Amino acid sequence: MNLDVSAIFQIAGIGIIVAMIHTVLKQMGKEDMAHWVTLIGFVIVLFMVVRLLNDLFQEIKTIFLFQ
Amino acid sequence: MEMIQIVGLGLMATVLILVIREQKPMFAFLLAAFTGLFIFLFMIGKIEAVITVLEGLADRSGIPTIYLKTILKIIGIAYIAEFGAQIVRDAGQESIASKIEFAGKVLILVMAIPIISVIIETVLGLLPAGG
Repeated sequence: MNLDVSAIFQIAGIGIIVAMIHTVLKQMGKEDMAHWVTLIGFVIVLFMVVRLLNDLFQEIKTIFLFQ
Repeated sequence: MEMIQIVGLGLMATVLILVIREQKPMFAFLLAAFTGLFIFLFMIGKIEAVITVLEGLADRSGIPTIYLKTILKIIGIAYIAEFGAQIVRDAGQESIASKIEFAGKVLILVMAIPIISVIIETVLGLLPAGG
């Protein structure tokens, strides 16, 4: 199993940077761009979480459910 | 020392979540979910070893494997239901969390029905005829 703690830092970093970009773009008056940036960051993080969730479910299936 | 690692991970993730929640609550929620998944995956390797030992014991004592399989399935369902319900509860959806727990309970009951029926048959067999 290739678990690395750095993924947590990655998610936190993506969150902080996206919040920063959002603020800057809003100050520049580009509201729609700011929302797109938030959405894309969210999707990237969602991908990471869902991949780990898939790992967990596979593991539980092989251990508890004999498949 | 896995325990120290887990506690350190939890504290660190909590601080990061507190920092992010001010700006983007969505990311804070995802980070909490990720941390929970991480710890769960970290621990599930240990559970595997315990279950291997249990299987060996059941094999040696001649218990039908269907019982052990059912019990392990029930444990798996309980873990998954608890995990999902807590993540959903973290996001503030109390009602969905209760429904997940309810579904877990119903599924466990369904799994347990063969064992319950075997117990009842045994008890009925012990009773004197005509009782």
